Amino acid sequence: MYKLMIVDDSNIIRNRIQRAYDSGNFMLVATATSGVQAIEKFNTHRPDVITMDLTMPQMDGLECIEKIIAIDPNVRILVVSALSDKSTGIEALSLGASGFLCKPFSEEDLVESLYELVQD
Amino acid sequence: MKEQKLQIFLNIISNYFNQFGGSELIADTPYLLENKQPKVHDYTGVIGISGVQKGVVYFSATRELLTSLLNSMGETENSEEIYMDLAGEVANTIAGNARNEFGAEFHISVPFVFKGAPQSIVLPSEERSFIIPITWLSQVGEIVVCLQD
Repeated sequence: MYKLMIVDDSNIIRNRIQRAYDSGNFMLVATATSGVQAIEKFNTHRPDVITMDLTMPQMDGLECIEKIIAIDPNVRILVVSALSDKSTGIEALSLGASGFLCKPFSEEDLVESLYELVQD
Repeated sequence: MKEQKLQIFLNIISNYFNQFGGSELIADTPYLLENKQPKVHDYTGVIGISGVQKGVVYFSATRELLTSLLNSMGETENSEEIYMDLAGEVANTIAGNARNEFGAEFHISVPFVFKGAPQSIVLPSEERSFIIPITWLSQVGEIVVCLQD
């Protein structure tokens, strides 16, 4: 069972991910609405897998990825973002993210992306 | 702004609504409107654009359109907060997806969302905006694009 944290400033997206993830393989341990809150909750809950939005107030997702990977390089981060250009995806992966799911996404897309994340 | 760029936004918004299956999005003929009187529905999510392009992209919808979207997502919460959040999220997705065409220097802000008429001017008053009226499941909304080349 993998511990999951959802990071997104949108209630809608957090709710969608909470409804969609495979509860047979993942256990939700925390949600966060900003990069700052994500780092606080990461230190408390130490999730194995994180879904990460990029456009957020206070601290954006790219900076948050960099800080979390510095704490634990083994954590798996799935970026879930509307920023669909290639360079953003490449930057996120170079900072340590393990996957990228572009919004809008279906629940099947999310489940498959999370599954692939923990298979690597 | 060149009219050809409108097709980018038409494709993005069609893709967004068509993800839910069922009824296809109907986009009416876009038109130009003076910014002095911005056109809005019940809820509006605004994204500021900077970098290679400057301006504003916003999504405005009736409560009924957002209710249909929430139902299609399986969302059971129906608070004011969730309606505001959805208007911002749709605007964010439209502007974010546009980076695939405009590139990484098409910088987008976090959404600014309001209900009803805007409390302050959200568009450059000396400019004009393209309005793209949309209908989905018989409910109406619009995408407004105001970009300086």
